[in-house]
Amino acid sequence: MFRISAEKLNDLFDRIASKQTLYIPVDREDKAAEYKKYESGMTLSSALNTVRSAKDFFFPQTENLAEFRLSGKTIEVKDIRSEHEDFVIFGVRACDARSFGILDSVFLSEPVDTFYKNRRDHGTIVTMACTRPEETCFCTTFGINPTMPGGDVSVFPDGTGYSFLANTEKGKEFMAEISDMLEEGNPAQLAKVQENTRNILKRLPLANLKTDSFGGERLMKHFSSEKWAELSESCIGCGTCTFVCPTCQCYDIRDFDTGNGIKRFRCWDSCMYSDFTKMAHGNSRNSQLERFRQRFMHKLVYHPSNHEGEFGCVGCGRCLSKCPISMNIVKVMKALEDK
Amino acid sequence: MNNDTLIPLVGVVTDVRQDTPDVKTFRVNALEGGKVFEHKPGQCAMLSIPGVGEAMFSITSSPTNKEYMEFSIKKCGCLTNWLHAMDVGQQITIRGPYGNYFPVETELKGKDLLFIAGGIGLAPLRSVINYVRDNRANYGEVQIVYGSRSKDDLVDYQEIIDEWMADPNIQVNLTIDNPQEGWDGHVGFVPNYVKELAPSTNKTVLVCGPPIMIKFTLAGLKELGFTETQVYTTMELRMKCGVGKCGRCNIGNKYVCKDGPVFRFDELDALPDEY
Repeated sequence: MFRISAEKLNDLFDRIASKQTLYIPVDREDKAAEYKKYESGMTLSSALNTVRSAKDFFFPQTENLAEFRLSGKTIEVKDIRSEHEDFVIFGVRACDARSFGILDSVFLSEPVDTFYKNRRDHGTIVTMACTRPEETCFCTTFGINPTMPGGDVSVFPDGTGYSFLANTEKGKEFMAEISDMLEEGNPAQLAKVQENTRNILKRLPLANLKTDSFGGERLMKHFSSEKWAELSESCIGCGTCTFVCPTCQCYDIRDFDTGNGIKRFRCWDSCMYSDFTKMAHGNSRNSQLERFRQRFMHKLVYHPSNHEGEFGCVGCGRCLSKCPISMNIVKVMKALEDK
Repeated sequence: MNNDTLIPLVGVVTDVRQDTPDVKTFRVNALEGGKVFEHKPGQCAMLSIPGVGEAMFSITSSPTNKEYMEFSIKKCGCLTNWLHAMDVGQQITIRGPYGNYFPVETELKGKDLLFIAGGIGLAPLRSVINYVRDNRANYGEVQIVYGSRSKDDLVDYQEIIDEWMADPNIQVNLTIDNPQEGWDGHVGFVPNYVKELAPSTNKTVLVCGPPIMIKFTLAGLKELGFTETQVYTTMELRMKCGVGKCGRCNIGNKYVCKDGPVFRFDELDALPDEY
């Protein structure tokens, strides 16, 4: 394991950014963190996590799929895809790193989504171990270890510096590029930090949340639960939970007339919206109860049923802190779990 | 870079037939002639006019038709209004084929078949009916029960009279909802007509139509002694991608675009009633 001292971190960023595009979480004026393209002098955010998840890097909120030229009765389809350039995301937390695997289950299954795969192939994920998990965190519920965050390279902060560990071939290549800037690590200091984090994790309010009651085999039981009415009663269908969620992957396809040809876009969509399933002859999910149920059934039952038990939640806690009516997946799980 | 299913191909409309006051059947060819792609009976395709919209339609022609594909489309929304305004020569975008298909080569092979359709619900079944007619030796008895609001609303009426009813190996039973001048056939709703006809319970049933018709037809079939495992239907929900990723056409954990649109009723029974 190799290490760099905290004061040299920006030199490292400069080195990485000289080779490929680098994104790091930085603090906005309002103290909320967001990923920004690195420019010399930027400071790595000290926030636990970014407000928006990291899914944008592979599944952007809006992307151009194709373009069309219409002339008289003829249509010309333009494939506007080009090979994406290499980029590095630095500072991804364990929860968001796991979310990429969940997105992979959807987008990389046949037929492969080439727009997603193109970005995925060119992205190097450098994760950051958590040292101060917060009250809204429950990643351990889904078997995630925030002290071993995964990705291509794991970075472990120890208070005065950062240790690096390559996890994949891509990660080893990344390390080779920066090896001359790294010194020998300090395993004893790191072990102490990890031990401290583990102690915090044990004391978190959601530490005992369990997934045992969920999964594909409980489909009809949970769908038919009478609890949905009460749980969904206050939901205003704003869709904030789906937009901040690192694993929500539903999308819409829409055309835009630029005045000089038609552009077809893929945009994030939300199962919380009434027009999500609306069609000429009716709507299969007419009430907010049905739409609310869909979101949680998808994460806790349908996704695991279709993807070998993998849950569609990583416990990042964003929906807990952002829902305007304080409804969230934790309350749903507690209400539905076997008593 | 590999092809991406979301990037469509271009087809051209080579014939337009006004089937009923609100249904037109469009013949679609590849720009260089022939079909844009091959399909199986019951599969669907995404048709689009860029700038207007894109939607899923069942391919009503049989795969045994080697020259072109056909789509019977009811005028009921923004895109379908636009499609109904098309003339021959208009190009459209097309991608597919999507979804599973009626198991014509496996479970249905050698069986006596009963097709039950209502209104535009004939469109997906016509693909299977003509496939079966072209591979007649592989199937037993074939009976078609088809009904519509009126005589004028029977889709493919000319083909039904000229070909299906003229075929001695097929029994065709037509019905319309209300009496009408110039109609001396059966009058009444499809589910009741099926009960009156009391088809043999040896038959395997393929049913498609408005949800209410399907519901009562299934109840009637059960009264006659049919079981859910004998009855197939094809579903329709809102779709965007066609490949089980955009997240909206699911019934429980099944995506209609990918795992359907064809379901056997015992499969549907195991899923939430959310369609």
